Formats: sequence, structure tokens, C-alpha cells
Amino acid sequence: MWTKYKMFFTMVFYSMLRRKTRLFITLLAVAVGATIISGMVTVYHEVPAQMGRAFRAYGANLLVLPSGERTEVSDARLADIRKSLSDYEIVGVAPFLYDTMAVNKQSVIVGGTDFAELSKVSPYWQIDGDYPREGEKEIMLGAEFAQRLGVKKGATVTVSAGEGKAVLNYTVSGIVRTGGKEEQLAYVSLANLQRMTERQGALSLAQVSVVADGGRLEEAVAKVAAGTADVTPQLVKQIAHSEGTVLGKLQALVLLVTIVVLVLTLICVTTTMMAVVTERRKEIGLKKALGADNRDIVLEFLGNGCLLGAFGGIVGTGLGYLFAQSVSLHVFGRGIEFSPVIAVFSLVLSVVVTGLASLVPVRIATSVDPAIVLRGE
Amino acid sequence: MSLLELKDVSMEYNGKVLALAHINLSVERGDWMAIMGPSGSGKTTLMNIIGCMDTATGGSVILDGVDITHASRPELTRIRRDKIGMVFQQFHLIPYLTAAENVMVAQYYHSMPDRDEAIAALARVGVAERADHLPSQLSGGEQQRVCIARALINYPVLILADEPTGNLDEANQNLVMQIFRELHEEGHTILTVTHSPEVGAAAEHCVIIEHGHMREQ
Repeated sequence: MWTKYKMFFTMVFYSMLRRKTRLFITLLAVAVGATIISGMVTVYHEVPAQMGRAFRAYGANLLVLPSGERTEVSDARLADIRKSLSDYEIVGVAPFLYDTMAVNKQSVIVGGTDFAELSKVSPYWQIDGDYPREGEKEIMLGAEFAQRLGVKKGATVTVSAGEGKAVLNYTVSGIVRTGGKEEQLAYVSLANLQRMTERQGALSLAQVSVVADGGRLEEAVAKVAAGTADVTPQLVKQIAHSEGTVLGKLQALVLLVTIVVLVLTLICVTTTMMAVVTERRKEIGLKKALGADNRDIVLEFLGNGCLLGAFGGIVGTGLGYLFAQSVSLHVFGRGIEFSPVIAVFSLVLSVVVTGLASLVPVRIATSVDPAIVLRGE
Repeated sequence: MSLLELKDVSMEYNGKVLALAHINLSVERGDWMAIMGPSGSGKTTLMNIIGCMDTATGGSVILDGVDITHASRPELTRIRRDKIGMVFQQFHLIPYLTAAENVMVAQYYHSMPDRDEAIAALARVGVAERADHLPSQLSGGEQQRVCIARALINYPVLILADEPTGNLDEANQNLVMQIFRELHEEGHTILTVTHSPEVGAAAEHCVIIEHGHMREQ
């Protein structure tokens, strides 16, 4: 039986390998299709993650607030929450403590935060100057408040937690513009504010920026809520909703393009395979004259199609990854990892599409009359 | 019992064009018969019917004791595979397979490919040393000998040869005719369709067809 299989593969292989021009053209048709399909599938798969990361530039999508009557969340609880979200890609967790202070004797709400985390969670904040440094007596003023005080970056202001409390001199490290209420506030490091207000370990809230689409974000909320009764996690609905809408539309667009390319590839490969059948009409007639039945002809052409699909799929999957990588780098400014699952999927899809594309030509092949070899056509 | 028996065989296309009319033919085992006639006389139609590639619209055809008159396409394919070896004017070798592989293709569709047997068949017609060459690397005479080796490989009861020397120069014509003579002497039954008076003269019997009618036997 082995010699029979060997002969089958000899015919299938050499029908392509010893006809290099035809092989090249057919392989090109399959490989181009496989490249675009593999690339689009990779982009389709990567779009949520890449766009999710891109959306993180628009601010936190999850707030952690004290639950019920509580007014504070503890530092320790926030560390627990961070741990409970270890399955997710966390961009940043910015803790905030708010209190009313007197800056240059003007009453203002001062926010204490971790500026390293804040810069990750809210990268859209425009700072004229720098964030206050940890351990230094530095303050960042909202643009509106700075204008009210008539101070600029580099100026020294007095900061006091209230009557009877120490009055400290702080340097204005920067002026912040956000286009929102933040411009009416002032910001110092969390440790400084906790010390001045004698509220060590206390937080008012935390802003969390996590890479997840709608469904996974709901899961994250549930996970945080299940972890402790002290806090209430809350989705920032405008961001989560618009993120979901844009992602959905973008994925639908990519899917549509993928389907169109798939159909075009199917047509292209069918046309090429039909040209192959036409070119090999005499050979098919000869094989039938030698005793090949329709099953033999179908198997040979399907074998040819599947082999082409596999070759084209391997080439196309590699090129498709490079294509997706290039798209990702140019559009999202970030590379993508090679996915073996997508590679196998593209390869299988390529074989299936080429197999399907071979069905019509194979049907035509089986209808070839063996008598053509005697007519000398 | 004759190996091949055609009784009152007719062939009409679309109920209008009469390609063959009332052909009666009998070929005994070991016979070498030539079918001759001008172009369009119906020779090819007759070859198609005898070669199980078409069915007659009238009369009966019996090959090796099997009535193939009303056989279905798959049955005709099986009978052709088992009983007939074909030699073509244009050789019809598969261009991407070597000489040995071309012979093995016939074995593949018949039963089981065997390279040693294929080489032996090529040796029988004097081209064993060209076994691993592609058809494009062979001369016309060598290609026709490979074609004959392929026709012989499955031990057919009937060898059908369509203008076997039509595309060959004189030296190769003589070589091929010598092979046919030897095959005949070994007891093979051969049916050749030809324009060539030399090929016709080499056969034991000669049939002439004109306008679909058999003129002489």
C-alpha cells in the first residue's frame, strides 16, 4: 500500500514542483490571500488589546470608592485590590486623598497622590513644569487656581492644613491643565498630604486604569467588589462605553475586510485552479484513458489544492505576521507578539479555502472526456 | 470465442450525424488487425467504442466475454483499466513524471505501482537506461517506446494503438514496428488505427472504413 501512497504523492508533488512557473503563479495567489487573511486575523485579534492600551491615554476606567457610610479607603486595602487584579494588564493605580488646605491663605482642595502612577493613569494632563518630587516640599497648582493666586511655576507658596497648624513653604513645581475641575485644585505628594492632615494611611479614592474590554472590565469590577466590603468599585461609564463602541465598530470593520479578502482569495484561487485544470485537460483525459476513475482525479486535484494551500499558508502566515506587525507599529506605535494559535488557524484556513476553491475546478476535471487523447485535442 | 466481437455497431451523434454504420468485426486472440481509412471516416469513433471510452448507439460489442454495449461509465473505466493497453500517436506521457513513473502511473490506477516491473517493461522496449529521464529529455522514438511499455505493464488482453508511428521518423518507425512484430509473435492481440500503408501491411488483417462504413476485411 505504501508504494501506492508514494506514487500518489509523487504525482501531486511533481505536478507542481516540475512546473515551476505555474507553481509560482498559483502559490503567489494562495500566499497573497493567506498573507492578507493572516495579517487581518492578527490585526482583528490584536485590535482590542492595542486599542485598549490606546484608550488608556484618556484616563482611568475604574474608580475605587469607600463603600456605604465610609469616607476613606485604606492604603492596605488598595494593595489588596491591586493583587486581586493581577490577571489583568494594569496600566496604573493612582491613589488620591483630598482635603481642604490653605495655600497662600486661600482655601483650596488639595489632592495628595502618587505622581508616578498619576502620569500613567492620566497621561493627558498637560504640565507646565514638573510633577512634585517625592519627599520634597513641592506643589502642583491647577491653572485656574494658579491664576487666582497670581503665581507661576518656581514660585514659593505657603501651605497650611488649617488654623493652628504649621505653615510650610512649598515650591510650585508645575501648573496643570486638564480642561476639567482639576484646574481649580492643587496637588502635593500623598505622603506630604497625609502627614500634614494627620491622616496616615487614608485615601479618598483610587483611579485605576486597566486594559480590558467591556465584558472583562465588568468582571474586574465584580472581582474587586467580591474582595472586600470596604470599597465600592465603579466603572467610569463614559470611557468604558465609548471604548466598547469604538472597539466594536473597528473590529466589525476589520472582520468585514477579512471576509471580503477571504471571498476574493477564494475567487482568485478558484480562477487559478480552473486555469490549472484547463491546462491539464489532456493529462486528465490521459489518466482516465489509463483507467483513473473520478475519485482518483478528485483526490489528486484536492491533494494539489491542499498542498498549495499548505505551502501558500506557511509563506502567507509568515508574511501576514510581518504585515500585522507593520500595521501595529505604524498605527498603534507598538509591536505585536507572534501568536502560534493564529498561525495554525491561518494555515488551516488557507488549506480549507484552497480546498474549497478547488471544488469547482475538480468538478470540471472529472467531466473531462478520456476520448480527447485519441482525438489529439 | 473471439476476443473482440462487434455486431452491427452503429454510432449516431445527436440522432443526425451517422459516424459508424452497421460495423461487424471479429478479432481473435493473438490477432494483429489494422483499421485504415481517411480522416473523418469513423476510425477514431470505432477506437473510442473498442477502447471503452464511448458506447455505441446501436449493435453490440463484446470484449473478452464481457458485453460492454450498455456498460456505465464507471464499468467502462474498470474494463479499460483491466483489459486494454493504449498507445497514442502523440505519446501522451505525463510531462512532470520520469519514464519509469509514467509506466508506474498505469500500475497505480490498475493495482499497485512496482518500479522493478516498470523498469523491466522499459527494458523490454529498449529504453531502461532512460528510466529516470523526463519526457522532454527523450526523443520521439523513446517516448513512443515508453508509451508502449506503459500499455504493456498491466498485461492487457488487447493493445489499442492509434497511429503509433504517425509522429516518428523512419528509423524510429522501424524500431516501433519491430516491437509490435515481437509483441504479436509473443501472442499479444493488437489493434492499430493507421493511415500508413506500411503499418497496415505489417498487420495480419486489415479493415478499411470509409464514411462510417466498413469496406473490406
